[in-house]
Amino acid sequence: DRGVGDQRVGDQQVGDRGDRGVGDQRYQCSCSCQWNPDLEPGALIFISCLSVGKDVTYICPFVGALRGTLTVTNFRLFFRGISRDPAFVLDLPLGVVSRVERISGASSRGDVSYVLVCKDVRTLRFVHKQPDDSLQKSVFEVLTKFAFPVSNSLPLFALEYNQVFPENGWKVYDALAEYKRQGLPNESWRISKVNDHYELCDSYPAALVVPVTITDDELRRVAAFRAKGRIPVLSWLHPESQAAVVRCSQPMSGVGGKRCKDDEKLLQAIMDANAQSHKLFIFDARPSVNAAANKMKGGGCESEDAYQNAELVFLDIHNIHVMRESLRKLKEVVYPNIEESHWLSNLESTHWLEHIKLILAGALRIADKVESGKTSVVVHCSDGWDRTAQLTSLSLIMLDSHYRTISGFQKLIEKEWISFGHRFQQRVGHGDQNHTDADRSPIFLQFIDCVWQMTQQFPAAFEFNESFLVTVLDHLYSCLFGTFLYNSEQQRVKEVISLWSFVNSQVDEFINPLYVHYPAHVLLPSVSIRHLQLWVSYYIRWNPRVRPQQPVHQRYKELLAKRAELQKKVEELQREVHNRASASSERAGSPTRSITPVQTFV
Amino acid sequence: MLSLGGGGAKSTKPSFVSYVTPEEIKSEKEPPKKEKHPDLLPGEVIFCSADPVLKHTQDDLSQRGIFGTLLCTNFRVSFVSDETPLEEMTQHFKNKLYGENDIPLMCVDNIYGVYDEKKKLITKGMLKNKCPSKMIIHCKDLRVFQFCLTYTKEEDAKKIFQGIAHHCLEPKSLKCVFAFSYAASSSPEVQRSQRTVMFDSKEDWTQEMKRTKANLRIVTENENFEFSMRLPKFFIIPAAVTDEDISKFPGKGLPVWCWSHHSGCAMFKASTLPVPQEDGLMQGYMERMLHAVAHTHLYSLKLEDLSETLPTIQDIQQSYNKFKQFFLIDNSTDFWVSDVKWFSTLENTGWLDIIRQCLQKAVEVVECLEKENTNVLIMEEEGSDLCCVISSLVQIMLDPHFRTLTGFQGLVQKEWVAGCHAFLDRCNHLYQKDKECHSPSPVFLLFLECVWQMVQQHSPAFQFSETYLTVLSDSIHVPIFSTFLFNSAYQRESTMKAEAQHLQRGPLNCPAVWDWSVQFDCKAQELFINPLYADKLKQDKAIRKVPRAKHQRQLSLPSSAFKTPPKKGFFKDETESLKKMLRVKRISRWMASPDSPAAATREFYETWQRRPLDYHGLLLPCLDGPAMRLWMQRYLRWIPEVQILGGGPVAITSMLAELLSQVQDLRRELDMRSCWETEAESLQLRPGPLALTRTSLRLSSSFPFASNRNWTFKPAIPTSLLQSLMVTDRLASQEDETNEVISLV
Repeated sequence: DRGVGDQRVGDQQVGDRGDRGVGDQRYQCSCSCQWNPDLEPGALIFISCLSVGKDVTYICPFVGALRGTLTVTNFRLFFRGISRDPAFVLDLPLGVVSRVERISGASSRGDVSYVLVCKDVRTLRFVHKQPDDSLQKSVFEVLTKFAFPVSNSLPLFALEYNQVFPENGWKVYDALAEYKRQGLPNESWRISKVNDHYELCDSYPAALVVPVTITDDELRRVAAFRAKGRIPVLSWLHPESQAAVVRCSQPMSGVGGKRCKDDEKLLQAIMDANAQSHKLFIFDARPSVNAAANKMKGGGCESEDAYQNAELVFLDIHNIHVMRESLRKLKEVVYPNIEESHWLSNLESTHWLEHIKLILAGALRIADKVESGKTSVVVHCSDGWDRTAQLTSLSLIMLDSHYRTISGFQKLIEKEWISFGHRFQQRVGHGDQNHTDADRSPIFLQFIDCVWQMTQQFPAAFEFNESFLVTVLDHLYSCLFGTFLYNSEQQRVKEVISLWSFVNSQVDEFINPLYVHYPAHVLLPSVSIRHLQLWVSYYIRWNPRVRPQQPVHQRYKELLAKRAELQKKVEELQREVHNRASASSERAGSPTRSITPVQTFV
Repeated sequence: MLSLGGGGAKSTKPSFVSYVTPEEIKSEKEPPKKEKHPDLLPGEVIFCSADPVLKHTQDDLSQRGIFGTLLCTNFRVSFVSDETPLEEMTQHFKNKLYGENDIPLMCVDNIYGVYDEKKKLITKGMLKNKCPSKMIIHCKDLRVFQFCLTYTKEEDAKKIFQGIAHHCLEPKSLKCVFAFSYAASSSPEVQRSQRTVMFDSKEDWTQEMKRTKANLRIVTENENFEFSMRLPKFFIIPAAVTDEDISKFPGKGLPVWCWSHHSGCAMFKASTLPVPQEDGLMQGYMERMLHAVAHTHLYSLKLEDLSETLPTIQDIQQSYNKFKQFFLIDNSTDFWVSDVKWFSTLENTGWLDIIRQCLQKAVEVVECLEKENTNVLIMEEEGSDLCCVISSLVQIMLDPHFRTLTGFQGLVQKEWVAGCHAFLDRCNHLYQKDKECHSPSPVFLLFLECVWQMVQQHSPAFQFSETYLTVLSDSIHVPIFSTFLFNSAYQRESTMKAEAQHLQRGPLNCPAVWDWSVQFDCKAQELFINPLYADKLKQDKAIRKVPRAKHQRQLSLPSSAFKTPPKKGFFKDETESLKKMLRVKRISRWMASPDSPAAATREFYETWQRRPLDYHGLLLPCLDGPAMRLWMQRYLRWIPEVQILGGGPVAITSMLAELLSQVQDLRRELDMRSCWETEAESLQLRPGPLALTRTSLRLSSSFPFASNRNWTFKPAIPTSLLQSLMVTDRLASQEDETNEVISLV
């Protein structure tokens, strides 16, 4: 197989080719990757590398061993090779590091060797000489300290980061404004302040939309019956049919099949709020066995006896542990090397795309019931913050074209994920060195993957491009912005900067040049595995071979630019014609002549 | 009457050509069109028909369908619906020869009969059996038709079933192929596609030699095939081959020129000699041939026996047979069942791997020509199967001319048609059951697959679109075109002559497939063009006419950084003495160890990848696992479960086409303004801001195919039964039971 020592391009080669792909643009946001790297405001060079003697070797799985200098700040790790031209550069925020491991006894010459296992599907290996100067701290020590600030009682870097952006991303989402966009409150739905201080449910947002017929007291009693107090509340309302997407957690019915009058009333009220249908679909994201197993722990699912006119459907999506394991296997298959002849069966054995398929299929069924069936739906899993968030947000993207715009998508994430308490801190494990934590799981990554699958199937339906999605995922781990740092709306500290401040201040980079806005267009993706692909430019982006030389959207952009240019010229000429009436005909000829040679295509 | 003509069905020997004259058909066609048959083509005769037959709609499990008449003619199996067809508006891409409910006889792959809910493959011996209640036809273009015969009179049902089975499954002789009746009856002014170089004249070959600056020897002695029936009329060989050697082993082992690199080295192909005899005659001959090839440039040669390293044509056939099964789907249940283990199923067929191996081999050859400037001789038993695949791929990678539409068609003419690929046997057009001596194998399709992978990866480098390739792959099974009907140039010419004599008329005019107007109108043909093609030459081309070819050659020069090391360049132009010094053994075999070529080409690819991309220069495919993709348009276009309504590539193509036309309009307007200063009228011409035709919302991902099927606006949802069948991990159940509360989050 491909061994070390092959002459190959590196992970990132600055100055090689500008359009290398998304991987490179990652931090050009706040810094351009040149030495000295511009440091983020608030970043201190904590340690400017032990290996000033250019002793550090990065064992690149694609290029082979590379010697260079390694710098670790309290935000990032920066490695620059010395021997190559253009220089090989490795630049990653420490937030992506999931584990730092020392490899002992690798060599007799007293070399230190360690491995950084990253959350973004790569593993980096460094070797350097043990410094003689024992006063200086070792890179390894510094890394373990600053990669896991939480475990070392240090603040996350986001709290120190104080870059000023022209926009304030926290203003992107305002719950009341978003509900207003959906026509809420209306005669059937009201906005309740029962959770204003998060006392009803600490993982829910302050503003909740509930049926007008249900009082706050009833809501409190429902909260006692739903896991973690996550009561059924409205997430989206169909503008025409008034069918609603409602989310919650599992009912605490337990083995005995406990019932709750108020809960039953609430679901009935949800059904009644939609005059078009006398049925309610309850989508339980779990496989039915899991739902049954939950009864042993007091949970369970709605029985159709207790809930008249409700139909319970299981969507067979597996739990966070299965997903974590699946991603682990995927990493094994794609990094660093891909086994050519068994690529497909290896990919299948990870089950990653099967999970994607099930999630998309679930969302599709929800969207179909709401759109074609005009029926309201209730979606839950166990706690209602993982699978439920995936399902509601994906079905909302299918149903509502607003969520396919850049700002709409940001609102969707703010709403369905952040305000409704997806446990980002736990699932990602920011700054925590306990990499085996069973609470970690790539739930949000899966959601973004599903969105990417949809952008592949509907290439003109989304305002954002692939690089936008990759950027969102990179900052899921970077700990640079506050957006994905916390478990709930309640926990969020406003001193941190929003990712959207950064994104919206350079939104041009994230625009899909071929986007067409169709206001009332419902997207029904194909969920057959034949149409699902592995997201190569995310999972395999570190492999230089698989990277495209020039992304096609580059050509779309050229085309659009050409049209704009010509359009401008036509307009200019028209203006000229108008101005000069019809008399002088010499001047008009000259500007047009110059146009013809510009053509590159057509 | 033709419509219910049982007469045709009875005549078991379909030598109909002599029975019906074109005039008769014409007169039959005239009466008011309430007749239940499709518009017949010239020379087309109905054999039998049955009514009513229920054609099942594929997209749901219910047994619903459309009633109509099922017919079998000498060209096709056709279903004519009783319902009046929907508005023609949806017909973006109408094939003039056959509609969506027509199956050209050659396109029928297998016929199944359903007897008491059991599906049985119909073979020759089963024709006498009871008539099945349902007939399922699998087509070579991957359509699946289901005709229910229970509503039909038993006698009619039996007749149509036997008729169709007979005409589709029985071996036939070449002269019965529809193309000849068509050619005999169609108006003689079928024009030859002007712009495609056909490589059937001496001029075409000398021109090509000039274009690639080759200086070799053109052989004209085979003009009447006196010399070899497996070689084209004209061909080019190394200049150093002696007259005596040319005729030594009729055509065998003779290195036939394919293409010359700008450095002077060239690629040749040859069939292998029969088993060597004792006398060393053959050995000596072969050695002289190798030396002749080596003499072409710098006395260098790499010899590659493709049969040693690539799959055999039987392997290819087997693999494709397995592969295509997964796209011939009878119903929704089968579809979702096969969705579960999709990737491993796909891998087990080995088809994608065969594509990869071919591309890999082509890259190896490219490396020899481009990097080492070595002459290459590829060999194979017949010299007309994998040799064609590899040599064509190499030329597409190296020469941008072959990435234009006409250039590509010329390449197919040069390497495949003139190069005597045995289309007739390989496509098994005549349903010969004797697989041993004919060995059907989708070699040409394999080539198209490889090209598709390249198009997929570097779309702006190709003037033609994916749709073009798909249509071309369908056209193989349309028995109208002379292109894919014969095993060799000799067979083409002799058969045509014999048929013309038989009909006592002048030369027959079988159109080439490149006459796209035979199948599609101009509007539809626009879909063959890739809107993203980076054609930087367009302007210059219009100005210069004659030196066009030359100029294009220069463009294939790779960027200077990629040229050969200066050392070789130095020798290239140097004196004889230096050349002599070089003449130490540079003839070498391919590197022996099995994994080293892969590693070497990988490095070659990576060096190339690091250069700035030039769509008019060298083009290499990425061969890593994830880069090898499934040709979705071709294979998934008829399957309702995978249609994406309002999405798919068409969403982009229609947009780009629109953009392009806007750019063109703007430009035209600018031009106009530069000439005249007419204000009022031209003001109206200005297109508004991007107003995309709303139709693209209603187009499905299978566009432009299957366009008049009404895909339901219902999502295809896998049945929950199947989902629960899906075994995931042990983790799923395990953790749920054993873990603490957290496990069920």
